Amino acid sequence: MSETQLKTGYLLSEIKKSLLISVWFMFLTFPIMVIRVNTVENYIRWRWGNMVMIGVGTFFISWVWRWMMSRKEAGRRHAETLGEDAEKLPFIQRIMENQKIRVPGLLVIALFVLGFPHVFSPYQTNIMITALIYVMLGLGLNIVVGVAGLLDLGYVAFYAVGAYSYALLNHNFGVGFWTALPIGAICAMIFGILLGFPVLRLRGDYLAIVTLGFGEIIRLVLQNWGEFSNGPAGIKNIDRPGFFGMQMDLAGNMTYLFYLMVLLVIFTIFIVNRLQNSRLGRAWLALREDEIACQAMGIDKHKTKLTAFALGATWAGFAGVIFAAKTTFVNPSSFTFMESAMILSMVVLGGMGSIPGVIIAAFVLILLPEYLRAFSEYRMLLFGAAMVMMMVFRPGGLIQNVQRRYKYGIEELQSVERNSHD
Amino acid sequence: MDLQYFLELFLSGLTRGSIYALIALGYTMVYGIIELINFAHGEIYMIGAFTGLIVAEVLVLMGFGQLSILLLAGLVAMIYAAAYGWTMEKVAYKPLRKAPRLSALISAIGMSIFLQNYVLLAQTPDFLPFPELIPDLKFWEPYSHIISSAEVFIIFTTAVIMIALNLLIKFTRIGKAMRATAQDRTMAMLVGININQVIGFTFIIGSALAAVGGIMIASHVGQINFYIGFIAGIKAFTAAVLGGIGSVPGAVVGALVLGWTEAFATGYISSDYEDVFAFALLVLILIFRPSGILGKSTTQKV
Repeated sequence: MSETQLKTGYLLSEIKKSLLISVWFMFLTFPIMVIRVNTVENYIRWRWGNMVMIGVGTFFISWVWRWMMSRKEAGRRHAETLGEDAEKLPFIQRIMENQKIRVPGLLVIALFVLGFPHVFSPYQTNIMITALIYVMLGLGLNIVVGVAGLLDLGYVAFYAVGAYSYALLNHNFGVGFWTALPIGAICAMIFGILLGFPVLRLRGDYLAIVTLGFGEIIRLVLQNWGEFSNGPAGIKNIDRPGFFGMQMDLAGNMTYLFYLMVLLVIFTIFIVNRLQNSRLGRAWLALREDEIACQAMGIDKHKTKLTAFALGATWAGFAGVIFAAKTTFVNPSSFTFMESAMILSMVVLGGMGSIPGVIIAAFVLILLPEYLRAFSEYRMLLFGAAMVMMMVFRPGGLIQNVQRRYKYGIEELQSVERNSHD
Repeated sequence: MDLQYFLELFLSGLTRGSIYALIALGYTMVYGIIELINFAHGEIYMIGAFTGLIVAEVLVLMGFGQLSILLLAGLVAMIYAAAYGWTMEKVAYKPLRKAPRLSALISAIGMSIFLQNYVLLAQTPDFLPFPELIPDLKFWEPYSHIISSAEVFIIFTTAVIMIALNLLIKFTRIGKAMRATAQDRTMAMLVGININQVIGFTFIIGSALAAVGGIMIASHVGQINFYIGFIAGIKAFTAAVLGGIGSVPGAVVGALVLGWTEAFATGYISSDYEDVFAFALLVLILIFRPSGILGKSTTQKV
């Protein structure tokens, strides 16, 4: 057979595969995508257009899927033949290491941030504050999930604890924002430790479910315990943050909150970055990679896990207080499982353990649906799909976290070899 | 204590428990074979209920009788749920079989979010009224003040399915292959069991059972929306863990215990905290006896 014949044969078999898949998906989505029953007026709408869309869509998606699969296979084989040395720093990491780009880049970002509330409307500033809150939440969850490898599906509970502690303190005792900020964080931390203690013994997936249950319990209690939290109606008219008793209008307050948030995020990045390379951070990483080996190395498993939980929760508490101060209103429906899932998808999409990755993912996930309104309906659908695709094709996330590692020089390698021959 | 009230709660717990059992079996079988918490299992149950509703409405408009609607809608829902379960495994879990367990779990969560929003966008975000498919049996009327005939139907159907499933796992060729795979996947592969087939089959059976549960609970409660799978999934998972995840009789026992706990707690304490009791039970069980009521505790190997 000639090469062209082989090629057409290959093409035909690929087309056949994709056709089969698209027929299968047309069958699969038929009742839900095509038929729409109106139970009140008793008629059926047949939406055949959807079926065509699914057919054509899956035909091409399956093609891309197989291509990506083969690329992943090829990549793995490539890495195997070349060994570990072939590991290249990812593109973004290389940019960030490069001094020539890094310094002006940071300057541009700093200028942009400083000017933002003055150039754009308060509405834009408000969206940006939301995005920054999520950056904080993402970085906090990154400690627990990304670095320590403890899958926490109830992270939003700590966020709720922070928000409600400010809301309740302010509502009942008139406590101000600045006093409530540390109190909210400490409350969240206490809850983190309370949850951490009993679940320390659990393995990965059980832990995930218990934290999920815990998160739901907190939400349900807030919803049903009317005397304490005012139930589903929530708490209104929470004070905005003040600045030494200065009077500010709404726009001024937004600007103030924006700068405050920027400072807090920088503080968070600083702390998380220092933590990751500290003794504790390395213990977390070791724990994530292999629990048993980690214990054998003399790391106190319980203490290490507990600090991860407590620190993660603290950041959620901070973010919660700020959220309550920003919206001046809290109710239980802001703290559903979907919120936890969204924060988790930031960590997963950004790259577990990677700080720049989580920051970029948080901005993308919050700002994209805000600015592309047509797309916001499909937000959660795309999140779900992206989470699956990410795990299948690029488990490390958008920006893979690169571990600092010690590199042997040539002489050292030779001396090691010499020693091993002796 | 009022005996009749107690009996009513007991039977309502039994009904709940048997529906939880149908969903819990899917969790426990999948976990037994590939050690994955199939987070999207609740969504399969929801899709089963939706497919059942759509088929039933179409048949109602075409003028079918109640019993034939129940059978046809049930059958189509089971087929579709099984197809969804099988496809989900091929797309989201099969490529991750050698990956860390956390990756597979995150993929499952992604799948769950995807399916929820798929139904939300393709159908409706509102509650849909579900037609009453389970017929009222005439001869049951004298006892219907204690337990309705629909509830009897649910308990009876569940019991029949459980027995059939048990026979399938114990005596058929594929059942034997399933047990072998659950025990040791590599060894099963060595003795010539087609692992992929067994895993696919497990997903098909589990999903079909979830669809049965979905149709029965939807017909019993009377309405569904895209979100019912989440709570039902968590509760069924609780049931599976309660009985010892990976164990088929354990799932049934756990589901019944959970059903009774909920029924008595809401009956005697407060109905506001219905879901809190289930979650609290889950947390407590995992903390004090992670291996469950019927599960064996395993030591982690290096």
